[in-house]
Amino acid sequence: MAVSKDLNILIVDDYKTMLRIVRNLLKQLGFVNVDEATDGSMALQMLRVGNYGLIISDWNMEPMTGLQLLREVRADPKLKSIPFIMVTAESKSENVVAAKEAGVSNYIVKPFNAETLKTKMVSVLGDF
Amino acid sequence: MSVKGVDRDLILRLDAIRQERGDMVPIDEVAEIVRAVLDTLTGDISAGDLRLYRELESLADYIHSARTEIAALRPDEIRSEFIPSATDELDAIIGATEAATNRILDAAEHLEGLSTAMEPQVAERLMEITTGMYEACNFQDLTGQRITKVVRVLKVIEDRVETLVKVFGAGAREEKATGDGNVLTDEDLLNGPQLPDAAPDQAEIDRLLASFD
Repeated sequence: MAVSKDLNILIVDDYKTMLRIVRNLLKQLGFVNVDEATDGSMALQMLRVGNYGLIISDWNMEPMTGLQLLREVRADPKLKSIPFIMVTAESKSENVVAAKEAGVSNYIVKPFNAETLKTKMVSVLGDF
Repeated sequence: MSVKGVDRDLILRLDAIRQERGDMVPIDEVAEIVRAVLDTLTGDISAGDLRLYRELESLADYIHSARTEIAALRPDEIRSEFIPSATDELDAIIGATEAATNRILDAAEHLEGLSTAMEPQVAERLMEITTGMYEACNFQDLTGQRITKVVRVLKVIEDRVETLVKVFGAGAREEKATGDGNVLTDEDLLNGPQLPDAAPDQAEIDRLLASFD
């Protein structure tokens, strides 16, 4: 079953230009219900009151990193099933392993293109 | 350890300096200690004493020459001027590329907005072009992260130079050699782009040019 384009997506990055880029790419893919958070702790607060179907998060943020956010999400019974895509410049194998062990759904290395974003979204959400 | 000819006062003095300064003893004090050791070599001098004397003398010469060479590098200037200036320039690169990236994004968003008023085939092509622009803007995030890493390295160098200045004391803070203060060389004039806060704008340049008329 194809995923609805009404899906609420939370994008998390401390760099506002990157949020803008991801939001635009998502809009081109047909997803317009997109909220933004600028670090892990802000994202966590939004996740606890919102109803999100996908998290797309950077790793390198303060005070709460993307990896910490992922661990918090996976430890929370209400949030743990939300697909989580890490979009990051951290491309060492140990980073990918740590993210996988923490329960990441997929991993995109910056710089990335629209096709990669779409492919990874399809892999965690199904066709759209 | 007791060394023949080295008096107890000197040993006590070394202990006191070690307690007070730890491993960070200014080079002036080291040189002074070496001189004091030489002065304490009293009485009949054996061949062993003589060897020790020569080694200490050579150590004193080495310290003096190292101090002179390091002072010539002007580490204090590196710390107080060059590194902060390099850091400011790197911050300016981040700021300028970020501003440019946002202008490109503005343009791409406007173009994308026009697609609704166009034939489907043109609109689709416009979408492909703007997607390419969004993708290309990824570079800014990576550029910022790479520059931040360089700034961190500069901070480490700054800390090390600070340590060097402390160890070598006043000699490392020699004044920059000044030539003829009134004559600017071609090299003096090659400063590259100015930081935004310090740069005169076009109107100021025009006023300056007009002042020659």
